[in-house]
Amino acid sequence: MIPELGQFALVLATVMSVVLGVLPLWGTMRRNTVWQSLARPAAFLQFALVLMSFACLSLAFLSNDFSVKYVAEHSNRLLPKPYQFAAVWGGHEGSLLLWVLMLTGWTAAVAWFSQSLPLNMVARVLGVLGLVSVGFMAFILFTSNPFDRLFPVPADGRDLNPLLQDPGLVIHPPMLYMGYVGMSVTFAFAIAALISGRLDAAWARWSRPWTVIAWSFLTFGIGLGSWWAYYELGWGGWWFWDPVENASLMPWLVGTALIHSLMVTEKRGSFKAWTVLLAIAAFSLSLLGTFLVRSGVLTSVHAFATDPTRGVFILCFLAVVIGASLTLFAWRAPTVTLGGSMGLVSRESFLLLNSVLLVVATGAVLLGTLYPLIIDALNLGKLSVGPPYFNLVFAPLMVPLLFVLVPGTVAHWREARFNDMLLQLRWVGLGALLLALVLPWVFGKWSAGTALGVFLGMWVALGSLQHVIERIRKPGRIGGSFWGMHLAHFGLAVLVLGITGVKSYEVERDVRMGLGDTVTIAPYTFRLVDMVDVNGPNYKATQAHVEVVKADRVIEVLYPEKRRYFSTAMPMTEAAIDSGLLRDLYVSLGDPIAGDTPSWSMRVYYKPFVPWLWTGVLLMVFGGMLAALDRRYRRAAVSPMQTAGEALSSAS
Amino acid sequence: MTLSPRQKRFGLIAAGVLVLSVAAAFVLNAFNSNLVFFFTPTQVLNGEAPRNKIFRIGGMVKADSLKRDGTLVSFVVTDTMHDITVQYSGLLPDLFKEGKGVVAQGLLDQNGVMTAKEVLAKHDENYMPPEAQHALDKAAQARAAQSVKP
Repeated sequence: MIPELGQFALVLATVMSVVLGVLPLWGTMRRNTVWQSLARPAAFLQFALVLMSFACLSLAFLSNDFSVKYVAEHSNRLLPKPYQFAAVWGGHEGSLLLWVLMLTGWTAAVAWFSQSLPLNMVARVLGVLGLVSVGFMAFILFTSNPFDRLFPVPADGRDLNPLLQDPGLVIHPPMLYMGYVGMSVTFAFAIAALISGRLDAAWARWSRPWTVIAWSFLTFGIGLGSWWAYYELGWGGWWFWDPVENASLMPWLVGTALIHSLMVTEKRGSFKAWTVLLAIAAFSLSLLGTFLVRSGVLTSVHAFATDPTRGVFILCFLAVVIGASLTLFAWRAPTVTLGGSMGLVSRESFLLLNSVLLVVATGAVLLGTLYPLIIDALNLGKLSVGPPYFNLVFAPLMVPLLFVLVPGTVAHWREARFNDMLLQLRWVGLGALLLALVLPWVFGKWSAGTALGVFLGMWVALGSLQHVIERIRKPGRIGGSFWGMHLAHFGLAVLVLGITGVKSYEVERDVRMGLGDTVTIAPYTFRLVDMVDVNGPNYKATQAHVEVVKADRVIEVLYPEKRRYFSTAMPMTEAAIDSGLLRDLYVSLGDPIAGDTPSWSMRVYYKPFVPWLWTGVLLMVFGGMLAALDRRYRRAAVSPMQTAGEALSSAS
Repeated sequence: MTLSPRQKRFGLIAAGVLVLSVAAAFVLNAFNSNLVFFFTPTQVLNGEAPRNKIFRIGGMVKADSLKRDGTLVSFVVTDTMHDITVQYSGLLPDLFKEGKGVVAQGLLDQNGVMTAKEVLAKHDENYMPPEAQHALDKAAQARAAQSVKP
């Protein structure tokens, strides 16, 4: 009964999304305010219905209702309760329902927090979001219904993929989806502005906080995915340039360009067309990511099932979204006015460079991700593009990006004096240079690459610090967006230093160990002291006890495991990690090796600065949140004229 | 010297085009030299695979072919028609099993043995890497074609 209720709620929600997607937009064309004012209640109702549908599916999971096919395929009686709930988005159908839940949630949030916006703008934004919902809900109902029944009813379910039975994976998809779907809000604002023909500072101001929040979620989601891969996949890598990772990185890169470009549009009224294109691109890349991940053209833990109709549906949807929005753009572009003039050296020109570099990086990632798929689809052979390509391309693009970041934050709008900036930044530059020459020695071997990484990280960190100190000395209230910007930039610096550290000084040893054997990675000695069997709720494991000795003292005992899950007989490596301020010690257990005395293959890794990666990402997320909560975004609506005036005064 | 707005705009556009074209040239160059092609064991034995360049092979891990010597392992990848021996140093992925699909990436030496830098098995027990499946399908087709011949 409950699953039918869920299905029924979803059908009603689809009807509601059609209402939301058609009537308010029609109302704006006919200047009918009654139809326009339908947008808000429709958005709330739509969200409530999807929430109900989602609750029904969750209930089916928690009550072990294996008559529902999706539940039978992704859950099991032995599965711990929290994972039974997380299993709701452990497969294709449920994760799409989660996606739609987020989409309607964002829509309801826009309806709630847009009290200060003009009614016709609200109607357009919510209408566009409604149309996007129609697409996704039709996708679920026609190709991926999570409420399909199964007959005969199995006694027990097939279980959730053991790789997904992990706290990190419980929150990774919801966070990533919040980011992906959040980009649809920015997209809706851009399309609404294009329809109305009013691409102005007010539009940029409205969409900025939404974009920054979506960006923060996306950052957090990507960070979580990387963290999960690091400790769960058991080989100590944190970024693989896997197509699925690339699929989430591309909207992030474009999203980063977008939040910077939106700033120029709000403050100076320039870059309007470019900003709109970035907004369309960010959302299209989010859709492309969904297509890549869900269609089964990619092969990874994320590709749940190969079903060509699903791929074709998303591809058509993608084509409609991109085609329609670019057509609308081409139609409206001639009416877009150019903004204020800009100098060759000015904050605008630095931000333009930021955009160009990020878009080129996105293009490079897109090429490496799609090319093998296209070649395969055309039957021209099978090939893959390896991490060396991405590293080779990405690093040189990030170097100038990080370099211009600092002058970009201190340069004046319109026209900046090169000599003034040189004078202002000389100590920051010298300090970063000095640290780059010295620090690599302190931590081990000096190399040019390490020094460059340290220089860029320190350049950004010190540049931000200096700017903050200068600003505190001046009178006046400091807005949240100022703190947010510097916190996020500081986080980026920490991330860069972390990446430099781990790439320069990591030590990886794959060894064979028997009881009592030791491996030394100075100054740490690892000793295998015991091997025991452990019983988990739904698995059996072999657990190694590895003592870590430093200066003749045991500082930590690590417990890596090799698990065997009952339901699938699938082995799983659980790495054991000891984290410190400056390093991780990482041990994972391999297979037993036949021989006279029992021994096992083991991975023993020294991973310096890995905690810095996660710290950097978290700082960026907090920075984004802080910027989005800036008080000035919550002020009552102002007319475009007023906004332009303010932009001039705040620019000075 | 002061620049007119026109000159400024021209300067910006020229700089942008320059940056973009340098970046594009650079990206395409890196791209070209980092493509990893895929071959089936049959194609490798026919000499289609490159020497001195990394490539991928896929197929099934032949039953009873896995040998371990410390952390050095060797196994045979087969597409049921032809076999290639692969050597690998390190821990094999969790789902690596004899009789299951596998993809290995590495260099081929003079004796036709591949020294793998990477061994990929997939995240799900019932799942076959598409490249491995492709190799088996190709071999099955070839066999079917042979049996048709008189």
